[in-house]
Amino acid sequence: MTIMTYRQALHDTLRAEMLRDDNVLLMGEEIGVFEGSYKITAGLLKEFGEKRVRDTPIAEEGFAGAAIGAAMLGLRPVVEMMTINFSMLALDQIINHAAKIYGMFGGQARVPLVIRTPGGGGQQLGATHSQNIELFYAFVPGMKVVAPSTPADAKALLLAAIRDDDPVLFLENLALYNTKGEVPDDDTPAEIGRAAITRPGKDLTLIGYSRMAHVAAEVAESLARSDGLDIEVVDLRSLRPLDRETFISSVKKTHAVVVLEDDWLTYGIGAEVAASISDGAFDYLDAPVRRVAMAEVPMPYSKPLETAALPSRDDVVAAIRQTLAAVGRRPAQPLATSATGVS
Amino acid sequence: MASQARPRRSASQASPAKSPAVEVEVPTENTAGDRDGQVRQFYRDMVLVRRFEERAARAYTEALIGGYCHLNLGEEAAVVGLMAALRPTDYLFTNYREHGYAIMRGIDPKRVMAELYGRVDGVSKGWGGSMHMFDITHRLLGGYGIVGGQLPLATGAALAIDYRGGDEVVMCTLGDGTTAIGAFHESLNIAALWKLPIVFVIINNGLGMGTTVEKSSAEPDLYKRGAAYRMESARVDGFDPVAVHEAAVKAIAAARSGKPYLLEVVTERLRGHSVVDPAKYRSVEEVERLKHEDPIQIFGAKLTADGILDSDRIAAIEAEVAGIVTEAADFAANSPHPDVSTLFDYTYATPVANDSRRLPGQPLFDPLPFPSTANAGAPVSGITT
Repeated sequence: MTIMTYRQALHDTLRAEMLRDDNVLLMGEEIGVFEGSYKITAGLLKEFGEKRVRDTPIAEEGFAGAAIGAAMLGLRPVVEMMTINFSMLALDQIINHAAKIYGMFGGQARVPLVIRTPGGGGQQLGATHSQNIELFYAFVPGMKVVAPSTPADAKALLLAAIRDDDPVLFLENLALYNTKGEVPDDDTPAEIGRAAITRPGKDLTLIGYSRMAHVAAEVAESLARSDGLDIEVVDLRSLRPLDRETFISSVKKTHAVVVLEDDWLTYGIGAEVAASISDGAFDYLDAPVRRVAMAEVPMPYSKPLETAALPSRDDVVAAIRQTLAAVGRRPAQPLATSATGVS
Repeated sequence: MASQARPRRSASQASPAKSPAVEVEVPTENTAGDRDGQVRQFYRDMVLVRRFEERAARAYTEALIGGYCHLNLGEEAAVVGLMAALRPTDYLFTNYREHGYAIMRGIDPKRVMAELYGRVDGVSKGWGGSMHMFDITHRLLGGYGIVGGQLPLATGAALAIDYRGGDEVVMCTLGDGTTAIGAFHESLNIAALWKLPIVFVIINNGLGMGTTVEKSSAEPDLYKRGAAYRMESARVDGFDPVAVHEAAVKAIAAARSGKPYLLEVVTERLRGHSVVDPAKYRSVEEVERLKHEDPIQIFGAKLTADGILDSDRIAAIEAEVAGIVTEAADFAANSPHPDVSTLFDYTYATPVANDSRRLPGQPLFDPLPFPSTANAGAPVSGITT
């Protein structure tokens, strides 16, 4: 185990995979000479040269598509989209092509492609640079979408994504790059399509991914200390495929759930999670499924407005308290009572 | 209205764009006999494409073919000349008007027709249809239904060749309307920047669906767009398979030496955009003109005049081709439909946990017994994802 930042974990994993496999190459805007907008690729141009670390023109559709075409011939390109907002310029190539090529041609060509891209708000970047549109990709069969929330998962899921023969959208988050955590030294990939219970608990299930899984873990720890609550945290990790079994099992155990997401509420990832819970754990719920999501506005530049629009820890705590109140329990209720289960 | 005089085809040909010329040798060592054989083969192949497409149109009207069905009628010389210039190891990316290309890449017409019929023996196993022919062994890397979608992909395939130091070339065909989209410019720019082994071929038939080149391109001399990327380019008469072949050989040789190339092949679309399009946007004059503008008739008349073809040979070709096309249609009709049990076989190449295999009427979860007290806290079961 080594303690490192999420950024470092990504950087080191990219480097290790390039050393392991000559077919791995990096493509994207400003990833070489400039070393990446968020410095994930720092030093890699010097080490691997222009052939394998390709600065592209500002042509998202063109270079994403070129990466797909190269992948069809067996290379394993890792594309950096500077932010997920810009990936919309490549939607045709990603959704109409990368996600379709394996099926549309009867399994004759694979697309072993990774698109790394950060979502996230909170940096006062305004309406076009603060979106979380991973749903667009998670909606599409043929795509795989993973969303690590910890440095360890950043490594394990990136290993899995690069070694996978399907197009993987690898969702990062601006607010996570500097977070630190323990990272295993071995190179065991994670399993795509699996959520994880990152904190076991009995009183309520808190579901999140990417930054909101990180927030969920913090809030759970905080409420354990302040209120003696025993909250179970589920980190979705994979948005497509979606591991329903893990969070349904959790909800069947806790009978109460709050779903966290950094995207917009209406039609968002949380809507699918909530609908799944309604299908799979309807009879186990003691309170309505609650969602905490971004306010449904174009993100303002103004700091107070932006802060108000983004889900905060306080928003999560309030949603948890309201949900527990709805089942007749109080946040400060002793564990022994809540552990008996149904109210 | 489409222009009537077709100045594009009668314009001076192979005018290079303002970029350095590439010195390329066009093979000239063929004997006269070989050349006669080659042009007869071109004629025969053009007839095969024509009769195949006519059979496809018939099958479409008989509801044996679904979806859209875009035909190569009028583009036979372009198809044949271009495909003859590729090596078997070269790659082709094309658009949704690609039946003829698939056949001329060497794919058995039976498998092309079976794909049109949506059957398991189709080139794409019935998953692609008319617009999405693909055959990895013949290096046809797709028919693509989204206009311009193939351009970035083809550029990337050329990148992969270059990355590995291979000597294959990618040919990427596109329609005239495609030169207006962003992917065209992005792809040509990237190909030129990275000196990729690729030939972009504009099949200019004068019309998008019904919109003329003059109404959609501020520079209707489409080959001139290569100049923006310092890419050598040329225009060639798409009714002359020999000229198309020579131009393609030159373009491919340039690409093989790391100089991407833009070739414009000026041709005609003899019928509507697709089988169901009556092409009412065409003027009476243009329709009348097109009756006399048929590349097969023109080329056949020329070869006959040159003594290379005669009515007996033409009849023999027609008979041979009729047999191939009939056999293809019979094969397609007798090939089975894909089994519904294979519906989930091609979502992912790498199997993945929690991949959904749910049919529309199936519940997400198996219905559970109505909960009694015994059910609370019971283990999860019956998830169908």
